[in-house]
Amino acid sequence: MSTLLIDIALFTILTVIGLAIARIRQLFAVAMLSGLFSLTCACIFVLQDAVDVAFTEAAVGAGMTTVLFLGALALTRSREESTPRSRSLPAMLAALATGALLIYASLDLPGFAAADAPVHRHPLTARYLQDSPSEIGIPNVVTSVLASYRGYDTFGEVVVVFTAGIAVLMLLGRGAATSVSAPARVQPLHQQNRVLRVVAKLLIPFILLFALYVQFHGDYGPGGGFQAGVIFASGLILYALVFGLDAARAVAPLAVLRGLASLGVLLYGGVGVATLLLGGAFLEYGRLGGGDALAGQHLGILLVELGVGICVTAAMILLFFSFAGRGAGRPGKTDE
Amino acid sequence: MTLLHLASDLLLGAGVLLVLTGAVGLHRLPEFFTRTHAASITDSAGAGLMLAGMLLRVEDGGTAVRLLLILLFLLFTSPTASHALAQAALQDGMTPLSGARERAR
Repeated sequence: MSTLLIDIALFTILTVIGLAIARIRQLFAVAMLSGLFSLTCACIFVLQDAVDVAFTEAAVGAGMTTVLFLGALALTRSREESTPRSRSLPAMLAALATGALLIYASLDLPGFAAADAPVHRHPLTARYLQDSPSEIGIPNVVTSVLASYRGYDTFGEVVVVFTAGIAVLMLLGRGAATSVSAPARVQPLHQQNRVLRVVAKLLIPFILLFALYVQFHGDYGPGGGFQAGVIFASGLILYALVFGLDAARAVAPLAVLRGLASLGVLLYGGVGVATLLLGGAFLEYGRLGGGDALAGQHLGILLVELGVGICVTAAMILLFFSFAGRGAGRPGKTDE
Repeated sequence: MTLLHLASDLLLGAGVLLVLTGAVGLHRLPEFFTRTHAASITDSAGAGLMLAGMLLRVEDGGTAVRLLLILLFLLFTSPTASHALAQAALQDGMTPLSGARERAR
């Protein structure tokens, strides 16, 4: 009963936020609201026992995306133009038609948590859930599916993150390299705001420590390379926000970040090549442990998750540096 | 045990009241700084009291330690966030609505 009430409340909040995002023209407010939207989604995922997904949603959707949105807004105008009614009407019709179609399609979905849903009847589900303890030997089945059974997919995801990092660097890369302390910059925040500086210094070590915990605890509980990478990056981004971009670049130079981003992908792919050389299939971790397949799985998952973590950390920081550096390099621009 | 429960209820009730106060204040107060003040009540005092109320109800130590850590985290971050917000607004040229300005009108 109480879960139902919480569900209803959360979905109401979700709808209200969605409507607000559609109506509000101040894009800074929209960016914050979309962060709130992700956070509410994360709460719903937790209620549905999908803690790993909730974790990712909270870290990426509510944390990183909001920061990147704000960075992007600093490069453009922060106010949406109002569309003339003649053009907004067809758009609304298209949106309504798509929505109606989606609702119609959702009627065909199995009921929530129905035991006879196709996912539960698929033989693969039973195999993953029953054989994972003996085949992979780690408690968190999500991690064993993500890193071992579906290792190819995850490798693809890491490459996507890496490619996105490269693409942003190519488009905005000049920003990442320009020095910010050039002319007519406002005083960096840390020289004027002691409270922020002290609290940030207090928090950053714990954020980084937490990221490492999430990284290496992924086998046992919710967590893993993706979440850990984003959390680690957010620690450094907090440092950049409070102490200035130049100070953050001194900690994490661009060349190092670029190297690390590639190193992550290489580490992942390298594990695959190593298993090939040992006579197995690509990413067949069991070969890594000598005779002990379980030890091999452990080692393989650890290395692969480390690759994911390193690549995501470096790519996220690179994204932030590119956006923020580009924005800061511009002369003081005021809109409204 | 019942006394503990009563104390926990009181703390939770006070927390809810403060959150509601914050929400009302956010709507009714006249300008940015007063509204920031109202909003900051929600996550510092409101959430703090609710966490304290929950702390009196938990049975195992692990959960208690986690709640304490969340409380500690909130005590550091939420006032800092409000402070940074107000500071940024001040720097942006916003002036707080003071008694003097009110009289001058």
